[in-house]
Amino acid sequence: MVAVAQHPNIELVTYAEVSKISGYIGNFQVQIKKKAKYVDWDACTGCGLCTEKCPTKKLKDEFDLGMGLRPAIHKLFPQAVPGKPYIDAGNCRKLTEDKCGVCEKICPVGAIRFDDQDQYLDYEIGAIVMATGYDLFGWEEAYGEYGYGKYPDVISGLHFERLVSAGGPTQGHIRRPSDGKEPKQVAFIKCVGSRDDTKGKSYCSRACCMYTAKHAYQVKTKIEDSEAYVFYMDVRTAGKNYEEFYQRALNEGATFIRGRVSKIYPKGDKLVLKSEDTLIGRPIEVEVDMVVLATAMVPSQGSLELAKTIGFSTDKDGWYQEAHPKLQPVETFSAGVYLAGACQGPKDIPDSVAQASAAAVKVCGLFSKSELATEPMVSEVDMGKCSGCALCVPICPYNAISLKEIQERGGHGHGPFTRMVAEVNSSLCQGCGACIPACRTAALNLKGYTDEQLVSEVDALCL
Amino acid sequence: MKQSLKLAGPSAAEKEFISRIEEAAETDIKLCYQCGKCTAGCPAAFAMDSPPRQIIRYLQLGLVEEVMGAESIWICATCETCSARCPRGVDIASLMDACRREALAAGKIRDKKVAVFNEAFLNGVKNFGRTYEAGLLLQHNLKTMQPFKDAELGLPMMKRGKVSILPDRIKGRDQVKKIFQRIETMGRE
Amino acid sequence: MPLGYYPGCSGEGSGIEYKMSTEKTAEMLGIELKELEDWNCCGATSAHNTKQLLALALPARNLAIAEQMELKTVLAPCAACFSRHRAAEIKAREDEALRSKIEGIIDMEFKASSHTISVLEWLAQDVGIEKIKEKVKKPLKGMKAACYYGCLLVRPQEYTGFDDNEDPQSMDKIVQATGAQAVDWAYKTECCGAALATSRPEIGAKMIYEVIENAREAGAECIVTACPLCMLNLDMRQAGAEKQYGVSLNMPVYYLTELLALAGGYSQEEVGIPRHFVEAGLYLNTLPAKAAQMEAEEAAKQAKAGKKGAAKAADSEEDTEAKQKKIEAMIKGFQKNPDKMALRLIKDEERAKILAEIVVSDEKKINKLAELMVSDQEKASKAAEAYVNGELKKREK
Repeated sequence: MVAVAQHPNIELVTYAEVSKISGYIGNFQVQIKKKAKYVDWDACTGCGLCTEKCPTKKLKDEFDLGMGLRPAIHKLFPQAVPGKPYIDAGNCRKLTEDKCGVCEKICPVGAIRFDDQDQYLDYEIGAIVMATGYDLFGWEEAYGEYGYGKYPDVISGLHFERLVSAGGPTQGHIRRPSDGKEPKQVAFIKCVGSRDDTKGKSYCSRACCMYTAKHAYQVKTKIEDSEAYVFYMDVRTAGKNYEEFYQRALNEGATFIRGRVSKIYPKGDKLVLKSEDTLIGRPIEVEVDMVVLATAMVPSQGSLELAKTIGFSTDKDGWYQEAHPKLQPVETFSAGVYLAGACQGPKDIPDSVAQASAAAVKVCGLFSKSELATEPMVSEVDMGKCSGCALCVPICPYNAISLKEIQERGGHGHGPFTRMVAEVNSSLCQGCGACIPACRTAALNLKGYTDEQLVSEVDALCL
Repeated sequence: MKQSLKLAGPSAAEKEFISRIEEAAETDIKLCYQCGKCTAGCPAAFAMDSPPRQIIRYLQLGLVEEVMGAESIWICATCETCSARCPRGVDIASLMDACRREALAAGKIRDKKVAVFNEAFLNGVKNFGRTYEAGLLLQHNLKTMQPFKDAELGLPMMKRGKVSILPDRIKGRDQVKKIFQRIETMGRE
Repeated sequence: MPLGYYPGCSGEGSGIEYKMSTEKTAEMLGIELKELEDWNCCGATSAHNTKQLLALALPARNLAIAEQMELKTVLAPCAACFSRHRAAEIKAREDEALRSKIEGIIDMEFKASSHTISVLEWLAQDVGIEKIKEKVKKPLKGMKAACYYGCLLVRPQEYTGFDDNEDPQSMDKIVQATGAQAVDWAYKTECCGAALATSRPEIGAKMIYEVIENAREAGAECIVTACPLCMLNLDMRQAGAEKQYGVSLNMPVYYLTELLALAGGYSQEEVGIPRHFVEAGLYLNTLPAKAAQMEAEEAAKQAKAGKKGAAKAADSEEDTEAKQKKIEAMIKGFQKNPDKMALRLIKDEERAKILAEIVVSDEKKINKLAELMVSDQEKASKAAEAYVNGELKKREK
């Protein structure tokens, strides 16, 4: 990330959102909203004094998924790029009650700006690469048999990652969230929300089998005399050296039990899991100290709205739709918009990097040309018939139709006048034909499938 | 002894059996991916010879004989926990019910005690229109050769006014009897 | 509008307390129960274990009777009766051919237009928690109850369509409305064994034992249920479970409606408590003492918190008093020694002098500066600088 930030040809805009997009391939107009940070990052040296002195210390840290605490002014996480803090406006005493202001006084370079505002910047953009990643499935709302989230020691895989991370809330020591003790028996349940048609998603989240094997290995190696139980339906280790990685976890002593867990309930300060070892065909019960759920990946929050704003399609589960599952994995149906990483579908790091490289090359390929070839089957407006009613404009899923002004000669007593007609942008139009039935005056026709051509076909066959 | 199974694909009769029970249970056994969650949550699985997941597996392979001869389908209490939690939406409880009905109709009664209980219960309803609890217990005890079962509860029940010696007959008991008869003449559902 | 009432076969027999207490509860709530005329057994589990059509036809006769009596809603307190009637209603509504087949079998007109409800739906939805609270005359404070829903009140969700099937709350809310405490526990919806406890007692005993044991571990002192078969298993067969496991459980079990009627002022005899197998009256008698103890503990806590709160208030009172004194001291300081005070606020000597000059005659400014010096030194300095700037500007002119 640091290399990206320092590269002369890359402008890294963080803590920002895309607020408006219009245009089409090669000619996008993008407006970016840079959210108010209340810290001047040009002046800030990242010394961290403000974070130390901020009196509002006991806020739940979102990066640590609520397991740690942070102050109102803080760096998102230790390795953030740029490594500079921002103020959480909703919890800052100065910004909400006009009290305190300690950070401003303490800052040796005077970088605090309480009067900061959101900034809107406009950019001319040639191509867009979507890399919005994923979020985790909200299992607490769906899985009542696992406690609906009321047992503090039943956590998700991402929570576990924060526990084992040296920069996390426990400095890398695996501890139970309830009492801070080291767990001796840890259970891992896979496919929570994945491959579950009734409560979750029907797809497989791809990365969980590997990271669960990793977690089980970490428990066995970091905690002495520990037990790691992994409840699985399958172990999907299809990548290079993945099977060997899983075997390593088994060799280290992790117990893999083939069976889903039906219920988790507390017994004293432990948790009881009811499952079945389907390989021996007997129901089993296990008492453990902590349970880690490998939850499903879902498209990141806000990604659906972003797709609508930009104007490309998503699939039945909300993942960004690739133009062809085999032959065009990084392109969308909207020319100029490319996909990289988990936003297109659940995947792990090697696949994300490979996709990102592919998307980058596609963009380079695009920019190396001055002209673009597209499919000829696009809609066309006969301006003589178009009444300018604009019914077709909102129907187009690719935002390819817009109204333009044309000059008319006039006649029958009145002089020249202007009126609005529809115009199809042939580089955006995908030839789906949705606009055709919307046109009341039959001014729209799909090239290659015009009304006259279709009628002739019917005549040839039926008459 | 568990012999190895020679799989040759289900026979026509077996296929028909499976489609009958699928229709009766309004569910599709092909959906099951053998995850074991049904067995895991089944409160009676500890007492079953073949846990619920295995019963579905037998059905998937068309091994109807194994299912008909299993005690499991008689032990199922129809608590519906399995169906409620199955990630594929398979209605295992209704399948177990359907298999039990088929086994009863075919005379393959693996658990006589449960079968006799049901029979005694329904006899009371057929004759009197309502459950005749005392008669039910008596019939059940005698037919399963357990004359003194629950005897220690008999007197306390009577003391508490919780059991009537005589059955409660409804006026429309003939109508109820006719319901039973009409269904019997209809034969198999 | 009277509520259709299907008492169920166990009502006169093993579940007599349920019938008694349900009827008393209805009386207490001012609801008229209209018993279905000449109703028959719903078939319970035995029917659907034997013949599916029988399992639908038997309850259908009752529903047809309800239709004849123009009763739109029918209360079926027994969970199994409720489940079977709902199954018949829903299946007949969804499948026209089935409905007409059933009509032929029962030889009665059957439109599948009525709606059967369970005791939980009746109390939590139709009657409402607020109305129940109004009718409570003798709150059951001190009771720690585990609400046991069992299977058929919450599953299958397609029939019940009411309350969550993993962590239901309706019975908990009703029990809380009577003043009792509803304990959170994990076996709320675990099967008690149902008919298995009678036909296969050794299997049933394990299931019964686990439910009671889990309730006890969660801190419950009694179990509440809304199903006569669950009651039979947990109450009548508790001794059998104790024998099989060699333990003493001593867990009284109550019907939900028994608790409601008791809270409404009815006596233990009227609702059927003496008919239980596991002694259930003594526990109820201990409740007033338990409630008194709880109230005493709460009062003590409040007093402690009150003291703390009072102490805090006193502190701040002291604070303001002290503050006032400080401010007064400052004012005096300004009056006696303006130069010194000014230097405290402004480092620059020349400017400090100017401040001293301004301040000498201006009481308002002195008060303001004094206040600020006590609360926020920074602001005081700023204010002082501002005064000096103002003065300089004036002088320039």
